[in-house]
Amino acid sequence: MAKIPNNRAWWLVLPVFLLVAFSALVPLMTVVNYSVQDIFGPGQAYYVGTEWFKEVLTNERLQDSLLRQFLFSGAVLMIQIPLGIGIALMMPKSGMKASLVLILLAIPLLIPWNVVGTIWQIFGRGDIGLFGWALNSMGFDYNYTGDTVDAWFTVLLMDVWHWTPLVALLCYSGLRAIPEAFYQAAEIDRASKWAVFRYIQLPRLKNVLIIAVLLRFMDSFMIYTEPFVLTGGGPGSSTTFLSQTLTTMAIGQFDLGRAAAFSLIYFLIVLLISWLFFTAITHADKEK
Amino acid sequence: MSLVLENLSHEVDGVDFIRDANLTFEAGSFNVLLGRTLAGKTSLMRLMAGLDKPTRGRLIYNGTDVTGQSVQSRNISMIYQQFINYPNLTVYENIASPLRLAKTPESEIDRRVKETASMLQIEPLLKRHPLELSGGQQQRTAMARALVKDSTLVLFDEPLVNLDYKLREELRAELRHLFRERQCIAVYATTEANEALALGGTTTLLHEGKVVQSGPVMDVYRAPVSTLAAQLFSEPPMNMIRGRVSATEVTFDEYSHHALTQGLAKLTPGDYWFGIRPSHIGLVPTSDDDLEMSMEVELSEISGSETFMHVENSHFEMVLQLMGVHSYHTGAPVKVYLPINKLFVFDSDEQLVHTPTQVSGGAA
Amino acid sequence: MAEIQLKSLAHSYSATPAGAEDYAIRQLDHVWEKGGAYALLGPSGCGKSTMLNIISGLLAPSEGDVLFDGRRVNELSPRERNIAQVFQFPVIYDSMTVFDNLAFPLKNNKVPTSQIKARVHEIAEVLEIGDKLYKKAKNLTADEKQKVSMGRGLVREDVSAILFDEPLTVIDPQLKWKLRRKLKQIHEKFDITMVYVTHDQLEASTFADKIAVMYGGQIVQFGTPTELFERPNHTFVGFFIGSPGMNLIPVERRPEGVMFNGVFVPLEAWQNSLLQRVKSDNLKIGIRPEFIEISESQSDDSLEATVLDVEDLGTYKIVTVEVGGQTLKVRQSEDFRSDVGAGVHLLFPKQWLMLYVDEFLIKEQQ
Repeated sequence: MAKIPNNRAWWLVLPVFLLVAFSALVPLMTVVNYSVQDIFGPGQAYYVGTEWFKEVLTNERLQDSLLRQFLFSGAVLMIQIPLGIGIALMMPKSGMKASLVLILLAIPLLIPWNVVGTIWQIFGRGDIGLFGWALNSMGFDYNYTGDTVDAWFTVLLMDVWHWTPLVALLCYSGLRAIPEAFYQAAEIDRASKWAVFRYIQLPRLKNVLIIAVLLRFMDSFMIYTEPFVLTGGGPGSSTTFLSQTLTTMAIGQFDLGRAAAFSLIYFLIVLLISWLFFTAITHADKEK
Repeated sequence: MSLVLENLSHEVDGVDFIRDANLTFEAGSFNVLLGRTLAGKTSLMRLMAGLDKPTRGRLIYNGTDVTGQSVQSRNISMIYQQFINYPNLTVYENIASPLRLAKTPESEIDRRVKETASMLQIEPLLKRHPLELSGGQQQRTAMARALVKDSTLVLFDEPLVNLDYKLREELRAELRHLFRERQCIAVYATTEANEALALGGTTTLLHEGKVVQSGPVMDVYRAPVSTLAAQLFSEPPMNMIRGRVSATEVTFDEYSHHALTQGLAKLTPGDYWFGIRPSHIGLVPTSDDDLEMSMEVELSEISGSETFMHVENSHFEMVLQLMGVHSYHTGAPVKVYLPINKLFVFDSDEQLVHTPTQVSGGAA
Repeated sequence: MAEIQLKSLAHSYSATPAGAEDYAIRQLDHVWEKGGAYALLGPSGCGKSTMLNIISGLLAPSEGDVLFDGRRVNELSPRERNIAQVFQFPVIYDSMTVFDNLAFPLKNNKVPTSQIKARVHEIAEVLEIGDKLYKKAKNLTADEKQKVSMGRGLVREDVSAILFDEPLTVIDPQLKWKLRRKLKQIHEKFDITMVYVTHDQLEASTFADKIAVMYGGQIVQFGTPTELFERPNHTFVGFFIGSPGMNLIPVERRPEGVMFNGVFVPLEAWQNSLLQRVKSDNLKIGIRPEFIEISESQSDDSLEATVLDVEDLGTYKIVTVEVGGQTLKVRQSEDFRSDVGAGVHLLFPKQWLMLYVDEFLIKEQQ
């Protein structure tokens, strides 16, 4: 009797395949297409090869915003990861208190991004904003629309407020997954609080931390809405990050070819750094 | 009704999980697959169930090739080590679930659920949820679900491993009775030789994906074809001693000499392996013909009603299975006695050439 | 090293226990002597883990006292009690090497580095993991990991006791006996008070000199493996120890002996005299399958029985017989032969026939 291989199961994969194609591949190919052409209008496109890429890579405005972007993402990670771990460690382990803290932490995560920008825009104002007014009345000369340092400070603070809870929640779930026996063993081994953190909690948080770092890096590297709403990229271009520069280029100046080349480079940077992070962290503990 | 495995092989990424298995399972039989962890027991059952497709070979059910047919189209039940039940359904609904899938009429469902539940002694628990039950009760529920639908093939994958030994004893005895009257093929995987003995039926020894020996449990136990089969089907493992037979005597490990008595005389001179079960070695001689050895106690393990004594000297290392409780300190000197008429003999290729004399008469 | 005494100990997980069933441990007095190797044996849910956690200090008892060398330690944490504990699942510090794992408790105790090194090497040698000292602990096999967890308890010279909570659960069957032997050797070498919790009779009797059998929140017997086998103090011990367990038959009081379903069983004179003095009607006789004799011929004391089943277990046979409506298990040698349905004569040797009143054994010296 001949065997009839049953390949119908492949059809079940089709929806996923189509979804990936439409959500990632097709738009990406469009961008690739744009990046090698000069487009003046419908039907007026000329092949220009790698011209746009060369220009983008030497464009000082872009280099500046790339540098700002790295500074910003670096600062975000340096603040939010330790802070998130710290909050998670301090959170109650169970009961009503735990649920309450979880809800409170989740609130910033539920607010739409442009609303976050708006909230802080008002919050930070010296005249009517509680935060700005309080700082000013305490004698600080705080003005986020006029001063570069103040603007950076506010953007960072807003991001920390908005996203640290995510890191904290991830760490919290990681901490809860550690079996009680580990704490008991540490107690019996007379480990100090620090040793418990260093040798039990931290190693066992590694996986969630990889996720937290990657998520926070990618998100912060692509940040757009909040600083745009809060400072509009100013004062000057001091808080103009990459995506805002890109948007200005594509929509404001309708420089489609250059913007496409730029977004491809942008995409590659995110991909490369995420990959670097990932391999660095996962390889760190593999034994030779 | 029968299930025949013909040269069945399963290979994944160049690794053999099952190699050339040729076995026949009859309806109404209870078959035990005995082997260590990773011997291929689960792999073989998955092939039989149709969960995996064999790389080579055929699976024939009642004369029809069913190789590669899906589990759903065949009437199969499987019971696992983990207690797998639907946590949000009551015990009743858990047991009824396969019948509901088969669109059995309600009155029939009720009758069969109750019948199966009473058979497995979980009738009073029907209204409860699985997670409110003890491990033993959860496994009974899983078994009831597997048995309620009259499968033609019931596969047990070490179902009692996660239960304590008292429950194991109890369920094992029940299983034996449960399957006596059934017309299905039951296959039961275990790592424990004693479980295979207790369950009876047919025993198949598996090792590294290959069938070592298969047959009625006592035939396999009494005449293991090779040293490997003997080791696999003996708990603790059979003691093996090297020896050389000359024209006049046998020398164990060039150290201990004995005359060629009790059927050993028919062995042609040469090198052999002599096997003796832990339960046959004693601390007192059974006859003048016993081989006496001076040993030191390495550890005596007491299991309530039995003692497993590990002994050694510069030449030999052995395990004794003694009835009753025998406490010895490590290092204590003892004399042990090996009855020559209880020796298994294997040739230098480790194949069986001589079995001990059996006491005759009576029913098996 | 310390003597551990439990005085009128009781524990309930409920803050307001309503009755006896709310107690995980009921009114318990017990002494674990200095340097002993003990096992705490019982089925799941008998309260043995609760007891272990009370001894180690991970749990505070709701009633009674825990004394270490006569000193009350109820309020002291595990670290203050100097207790080491080995858990069911190996607890190791993943990110550290085996050496650092073993050195960890010593470092926390501020032991000088040179001393740490010597001690860690000594312990690693004993546990046969000396060649793995500089490997990352997470790359070890389960049994090696469990050795490391044990080693962390052993390195501390000041340790008062080591508690084991079913430490061989995750170990491969083939390796179990090696580890059991290791534990035994370690106890003989270091002479530390060790308490080993398990539900497995083999593990308990191999490791321990004396076993405490726990049932329903109480220790029903504390004795050597031989005592548990030959003189079970409680019907539960009879049932739980041995495979199959003891045959237990509910009986009624008669002059000179006891009776069930018309079958008369004579007892020893002292048993009879004690029997007449007790009030309770909850009477049982118990005899182990190993001690019942099957004889071909009838005699004065023999009971008529029918063979229901003969189970060949290779090295021996378990014969199920029916006598007076009671099903009994009898262990016979592998040479035993009989047909199902055949009539046989059973003998209960008097020295192996136990009498239980209210589930507890009636002993001669009482």
